[in-house]
Amino acid sequence: MTNVQYKVIVGLEIHVQLCTKSKMFCSCAVEFGAAPNSRVCPVCLGMPGVLPVMNRQAFEYAVLVGLALDCRIPMFTKWDRKSYYYPDLPKNYQISQYDLPLAANGFLEIPLESGGGKKIGIIRAHLEEDAGKNLHTAGNFSQVDLNRTGTPLLEIVTEPDMNSGAEVRALATELQRIVRFLGVSEADMQKGHMRFEPNINLIITKDGAEYRTPIAEIKNLNSFRALERSVNYEVRRQLDEFLETGQVMEMGNKTTRGWDDEQEVSVLQREKEEAHDYRYFPEPDLVPVELTPEWLQQIRSRLCELPLQKQMRYVEQYKLSDYDAGVLTAELSTAEFFDEVVRDGAEPKRVCNLLTQTGLKIANEKGCTINNLGVTPEGIAHLARMVEADTVSSSSSVSIFEVMVETGKGPEVLAEELNLIQKSDAGELERIVDQVLAENPGAVEDVTGGGKKSKKARGFLLGQVMQKTRGQANPKVVSDILDKKLD
Amino acid sequence: MANKIDEVQVRRVARLSRLDLTEAEVEEFTDQLSAILDYVEKMNELDTEGIEPLAHCLPISNVFRDDCIVESLGTEKTLANAPQRDGEFFKVPKILDEGSGA
Repeated sequence: MTNVQYKVIVGLEIHVQLCTKSKMFCSCAVEFGAAPNSRVCPVCLGMPGVLPVMNRQAFEYAVLVGLALDCRIPMFTKWDRKSYYYPDLPKNYQISQYDLPLAANGFLEIPLESGGGKKIGIIRAHLEEDAGKNLHTAGNFSQVDLNRTGTPLLEIVTEPDMNSGAEVRALATELQRIVRFLGVSEADMQKGHMRFEPNINLIITKDGAEYRTPIAEIKNLNSFRALERSVNYEVRRQLDEFLETGQVMEMGNKTTRGWDDEQEVSVLQREKEEAHDYRYFPEPDLVPVELTPEWLQQIRSRLCELPLQKQMRYVEQYKLSDYDAGVLTAELSTAEFFDEVVRDGAEPKRVCNLLTQTGLKIANEKGCTINNLGVTPEGIAHLARMVEADTVSSSSSVSIFEVMVETGKGPEVLAEELNLIQKSDAGELERIVDQVLAENPGAVEDVTGGGKKSKKARGFLLGQVMQKTRGQANPKVVSDILDKKLD
Repeated sequence: MANKIDEVQVRRVARLSRLDLTEAEVEEFTDQLSAILDYVEKMNELDTEGIEPLAHCLPISNVFRDDCIVESLGTEKTLANAPQRDGEFFKVPKILDEGSGA
């Protein structure tokens, strides 16, 4: 048997649609699901004599992402034309950025399954316009909808620093969290707001010699699942191909593949050899952008605490589990709600339980975010403090939370109304305990007699007390009293 | 005078640009494009040592607009010049290769 080992090498190109109201170079609305060809103007159509004008918001959003990815932001950036001869971009070129992108040389830290993080280098990020949509019909023609033409896209290119499908997925989901936290993209996968193109090859060590397989690029993936699976598939395919043919990477033998989501296989795409002759040249219709230190500072001031930083802070500062911290920082609205409740003086671990076990569950059922449940952070902080003070039990707090959502009432009022105020008055509870002990001499005997029946009998007595108080007794206080009486 | 550009290059550029040229046009454009390149070549006589490349011929930058929506043309006007339409869509010959998608 030969000894074969391999290392997976993946770099990723990501297109992120920015959530501006209007398009990149004209004032048509960016609107998903509008009637075909209804959000189109002469600029979108590439009519003679039209002039594109930059959307300031799109530019600032793009710079903000560059800053969040720790990129160098050049003070001077410009636009280029990339030749493109397909009907979904009728002016026959795409406005993009070639030699002077607006951001370069950054990194993004991804959480690893094994714990800890890994820095993935970012080569560059640049702005460009999206193409329209070609719809393939059964007949011998295609339908074209130009509504999407000119939508601002941020293209981000990573270094080939990822070494597994799981890492590629982690980068994609982390980037989704970041752009959502920054408020620059809805990053809704269903609407194609994020599209991925991984470049994959293997470094194979066989009998002491090292070989590199030809790079394959998988086009246009639009789900995390397809992204991860396509990378994993490609790893197996390239390994098999190498073992069979021994083919290695050479100039010009990079291939482009498509992903068949149903068969879960990648398929070689036929492309004309000169398809990548983009013939870039400077865009004469657009003037360059020059940042000033003041303007850059103004954009920088909109940076917020990034999701992974927040997640790590929750773990360190509040001693939450990494899993819980991840759930709380999956969406900005949840994290902000949590921060506000904690700022109101509630104990973080308690708040975390209330939000992750009850709040998010209700929000999920209602299909909304936690800040839209109709409960205020102050209300939840109040509820958490009532649990801490043993005014209500933690199981009662779940019911109170639910009714708060239904009725909009405060936690204190509801605890009264629902008879969920916990009895902690030792004097009153002691009378009830005495009563229960008197009624159940057999169980008392089992407890005091010790042995294997003891624990069960004690639980029974505790249960009897809870029943008599209709669940309102503080179990801790009752337990203390039982200990005192039965020792 | 040797041409700066030959017919093979003209055919290639025409194909990349989806242009269907006649034999006579290939010949004509080869001469014309060569003449243009000859003319542009004159600029190489200038000493550009130490001069920054120019990104744009106008000495201005930062021409922006606010992110505001202006009403679009609407589907009917958008399709008014379409050679062929299919309902609310442009109708085009089937796209055979898979290089589309920006």
